[in-house]
Amino acid sequence: MLINGVQIDDTFAEAFNMRGTRVIITAQNLKWAYNAANAMTGFATSVIGCGVEAGIEKELAPEETPDGRPGVAILMFAMGSAVLMKQLETRMGQCILTCPTAAAFSGLEGNDRISLGKNLRFFGDGFQISKQFGGKRYWRVPVMDGEFITEETTGMVRAVGGGNFLVLAESQPQALAACEAAIEAMKKIPNVIMPFPGGVVRSGSKVGSKYKSMFASTNDAFCPTLKGLTRSELSPEIESVMEIVIDGLTDLDIRKATRAGIAAACELGAENGIKRISAGNYGGKLGQFQFHLRDIMSDPALAGI
Amino acid sequence: MSALTFTLKIRTTQRIDVSALTPEKLQGQSPETTAAILLPSGKHALRVDEVFDIAGDDAGNIVFKNSDGKLDYIGSQMKSGSIIVEGEAGAYLGFQMRSGNITVHGNTGVYAASGMAGGFIHIHGNAGDFLAAAIVGDRKGMKGGTVIVSGNAGDRVGDQMRRGILLIEGNVGSYCASRMLAGTIGVLGTVGDHVGFGMRRGTLLLTKTPEMHATLQDCGTHTLPFLSLMFKSFAQLPGKFAKIGSNRVQRYAGDIANDGKGEILVLQ
Repeated sequence: MLINGVQIDDTFAEAFNMRGTRVIITAQNLKWAYNAANAMTGFATSVIGCGVEAGIEKELAPEETPDGRPGVAILMFAMGSAVLMKQLETRMGQCILTCPTAAAFSGLEGNDRISLGKNLRFFGDGFQISKQFGGKRYWRVPVMDGEFITEETTGMVRAVGGGNFLVLAESQPQALAACEAAIEAMKKIPNVIMPFPGGVVRSGSKVGSKYKSMFASTNDAFCPTLKGLTRSELSPEIESVMEIVIDGLTDLDIRKATRAGIAAACELGAENGIKRISAGNYGGKLGQFQFHLRDIMSDPALAGI
Repeated sequence: MSALTFTLKIRTTQRIDVSALTPEKLQGQSPETTAAILLPSGKHALRVDEVFDIAGDDAGNIVFKNSDGKLDYIGSQMKSGSIIVEGEAGAYLGFQMRSGNITVHGNTGVYAASGMAGGFIHIHGNAGDFLAAAIVGDRKGMKGGTVIVSGNAGDRVGDQMRRGILLIEGNVGSYCASRMLAGTIGVLGTVGDHVGFGMRRGTLLLTKTPEMHATLQDCGTHTLPFLSLMFKSFAQLPGKFAKIGSNRVQRYAGDIANDGKGEILVLQ
């Protein structure tokens, strides 16, 4: 399969069941909503080292938020509900409670609820006040800038993490330009985040290592400087490979984001040095989901995304 | 199907307990069974058809017509449907109500919404004393739901109220929010003496600064973000509370003689 001269490999991304949640962060203005949300989703690139994968999903206009202030929605994913709850609580405490004017609200309905401000209220040392409006419980915690407002709980859903694709290019700047274009397109897709810095990861990994203490190590088959040393996946003209990892609330969301991202990367085409699109998997043995690149790129149901 | 309508046809000196006439209790009952229900009245019991002309068949929507202030316990322990009262309602309107709607196009007696845990009551006239308060021997008044009073209310409004929203567009009497445990009371008019007496937690929203006793403490003027959430939730409600725009208030905390976690917010 060729799109604009870019080869789409006959392979698939392997993804996993995760637990996901959405939190709406509002503040006096977007600047401070971003300050809070950036802190909350910082150091959350991979569950391997950070516990959760998190990112900003979208900006929200004042009329879209519960308290009528500007805000952003963030998505957070973890391998299990216990980790997700723990991480949400610590990040709420250190990043939202602390951020001037910031407030946090549930971004997901549903019966599976996890604590948002439920335990954070005790920071109020007895001066915290509970209020219930429209069937939802909120906490008012007195803080130095006034009152910190948080909803008691947010929803948790079964989600999908680890959707991905690789961009193989003739040079590092070209690979990065393609990934930037892909990320811009993918940011428009709801219900997904690309958790790595700027949405792009350059250190793709394989399972295992020569060192006993390491569970994962560099994906040497895709490292351009090792072409002559290892069983390389790269043809001679490939000089740089970058990966985009996608977490989403459903597998359809990931399919949509994959489609939008690959389409945008391919728009630069072979003439801009973009040669191949591939994907990372573990032979299909580990993950519950497989995202076959050619299926996604030829699926008429995803056209127009 | 038309609303099941009870038109009061006699005037009694004794009060009549109509707690048997709620949507879920009358659902699926034949007209004969409904007519034969006995309503306690003093030391007697009166058949429904002795007291009311009965028309209609939709027990989910009940209407009391020509009613007077002697009809107690309208909508008592109601769990669904709607009741419309065209006239006065007696004491204990919506007593321990769980869900559904009650609309009163007239005044109500004492203890309206006492023990109410959910649902919606709209009183277009005035409410008597002990609105949303706990009955004697109970330790909690209203426990949930929303009540709107378009007129005035009497003394002891929200006494020992535990949860829910109580909005009064007119004036209220003395001891408003006394011994309040939690929840929200809003009063657009004036309040009488001893407001917030023994108030433990909860919010009393006012438009005019009342006279306050020494154990209510001024905490200054603030723009409180939770008020935006609250007024947004009021926006769907009928009446004047839907139109409040400002979230700048003078905050008084108290009653510090009783833990002091309650607050009186006066809109600026």
